[in-house]
Amino acid sequence: MPLKILVTAKRVEDPESKIRVKPDGSGIVTDGVNYKMNPFDEIAVEEALRLREAHGGEVVVAAIGGEKQQTELRAALAMGADRAILVRHDGPLDALVVSALLAKVCEQERPDLALLGKQSIDDDQNQAGQYLAARLGWPQATFASKSESLESEAEQKKLPGVVVAAGGKSARVVREADGGLQTLEVQLPAVVTVDLRLNKPRFASLPGIMKAKKKELKELAAASLGVDLAPAVVVRSLAEPPRRKGGVKVADVDELWKKLHEEAKVL
Amino acid sequence: MSNVLIVAEQFDGKLRKASLHALGAGQQLAARTGGALHVALLGHGIAEAARGLAGFGATVHVADHPALAHGLAEAAAPVVVQIARDCGATLVGAAATAAGKDLLPRAAALLGAGMATEVLGLGGAGPAILFRRPMWAGNVVAEVEITTPVKVFTVRPTEFAPAAAGAAGEVRAVAVGIDAAALRTRSVDFQVVKSERPELTEARVVVSGGRGTKGDFKAVEALADALGGAVGASRAAVDAGWAPNDWQVGQTGKVVAPELYVAAGISGAIQHVAGMKGSRVIVAVNKDPEAPIFQVADYGLVADLFQVLPALAERVKASR
Ligand SMILES: Cc1cc2nc3c(=O)[nH]c(=O)nc-3n(C[C@H](O)[C@H](O)[C@H](O)COP(=O)(O)OP(=O)(O)OC[C@H]3O[C@@H](n4cnc5c(N)ncnc54)[C@H](O)[C@@H]3O)c2cc1C
Repeated sequence: MPLKILVTAKRVEDPESKIRVKPDGSGIVTDGVNYKMNPFDEIAVEEALRLREAHGGEVVVAAIGGEKQQTELRAALAMGADRAILVRHDGPLDALVVSALLAKVCEQERPDLALLGKQSIDDDQNQAGQYLAARLGWPQATFASKSESLESEAEQKKLPGVVVAAGGKSARVVREADGGLQTLEVQLPAVVTVDLRLNKPRFASLPGIMKAKKKELKELAAASLGVDLAPAVVVRSLAEPPRRKGGVKVADVDELWKKLHEEAKVL
Repeated sequence: MSNVLIVAEQFDGKLRKASLHALGAGQQLAARTGGALHVALLGHGIAEAARGLAGFGATVHVADHPALAHGLAEAAAPVVVQIARDCGATLVGAAATAAGKDLLPRAAALLGAGMATEVLGLGGAGPAILFRRPMWAGNVVAEVEITTPVKVFTVRPTEFAPAAAGAAGEVRAVAVGIDAAALRTRSVDFQVVKSERPELTEARVVVSGGRGTKGDFKAVEALADALGGAVGASRAAVDAGWAPNDWQVGQTGKVVAPELYVAAGISGAIQHVAGMKGSRVIVAVNKDPEAPIFQVADYGLVADLFQVLPALAERVKASR
């Protein structure tokens, strides 16, 4: 059974970039900051591609944002996604708005599976997938992982961690829960959000990048989708957290022990 | 009515300690807003855990049903919504555990509520609450306002003191009407990470190993055991399969704040530091004097972890 998968590819600040807050607390300094696809979304795109390789079907990549968001959609197309949808919207978002817009896209596209990163590393909210599942009335499996490590044979063979049953009616997802790994079976269509250990995303190949230029990237105006675009979670101010002061270097274990015992009194 | 509802958690019939920290946040909110405090517990066979929630001045709502046994968000979210409506809650929260982060956003969507994840503290004045929360791997702390009538949140347990003792509080059984056959999620298996060691997020001492262990965690574990502590790991060590997922400390793993945190063979990437910088005392053992971990460590030792950790474990044992 071929699968139709909708996957997200949000544009975020590169995790390697230094993030600083503007002196007036109104936002972050964007000078010198690089942008890339949310690392969790990269894992979601990789999983979608592996599922398509295993079952056939189509991978549609979607994102919400301004013109620059095209870059990350093209990056997903270069990895191998079939086509892209950009919901054009400038301005702040929250999970209510994002999930409402993605639900509209899901209503139009009718995927069997919506794959999202478990959180995006800018606002670190970890909400969009769960909100989307609730809005659509679909089951959810959050924090998808796998039992095998990223150095395992299963990973080297690029097998999908999400196991879709023959017939395409359900999927099994190993997820990171408190105190262990839980395996869920969800009926499709379902929302799955992915964690770090699900897979190692591939790099786009040169031919992949060339091909991506010709793949379809459709734009939808957010305002045309009949969704309330005013976020309800409003950032009032930003600040840098108090910094920990670096301490001292000690010469050896004896001195370390003394410090911990006599000065910090922690041992 | 403008009341506060905290969704507590249990695992295998035992109340999770993180929930008492969330209940502590609930007490602060109830004091700020003048609302009544309610706490809900969902599961199956949870009478004992529910007793652990009495005595904090909150009305306890117990939803006991076989379909709630496995913590499935699809089953639990409508029950949270039902309890929130019944008790007139406009503030609905839980601990920022994996379970809380799975369930609360789904419940928030059903409540038409905006949500703040991993709240570190409360700002604003009187009943007008602003939520302080981390963004960009903890590089930034934001104050956010939620403008929907119902506001949902999860709190970072290490940032809130556990609930203070209070009145006994009435215990109410919730009438749960789940059609189990209609659920489209099923729990097939749970591989518990068994450990004799204290829980990572509750341990007084945490010893963590990174890529510098090159896959050999014996020295890390031996020091943790000598100190009666828990073992943690960096993402690099977990990704390589040297440590279980459950040990990862950081932005996307566990957030810990022990009395003593020892980072061995960990470079100190911001994503790791986000999970341990609240520790009282940080020790770093790293061969590279330039490693960024030394910028957050109280005591740094530029040395080979395979020599330092066993020697330190010996000192600890000798002092007993
Ligand atoms: C989206 C995202 C989320 C992430 N989330 C997390 C997270 O939650 N937690 C996390 O930890 N990371 C996280 N990371 C990864 C993080 O950026 C770093 O890559 C990771 O923390 C590095 O792990 P490490 O310090 O063990 O390895 P390295 O950076 O490779 O450091 C190894 C260190 O060991 C030292 N060393 C080597 N041999 C020895 C020896 N014999 N004795 C002493 N020292 C030695 C080296 O000098 C070096 O400093 C995340 C990254 C991304 C992009």
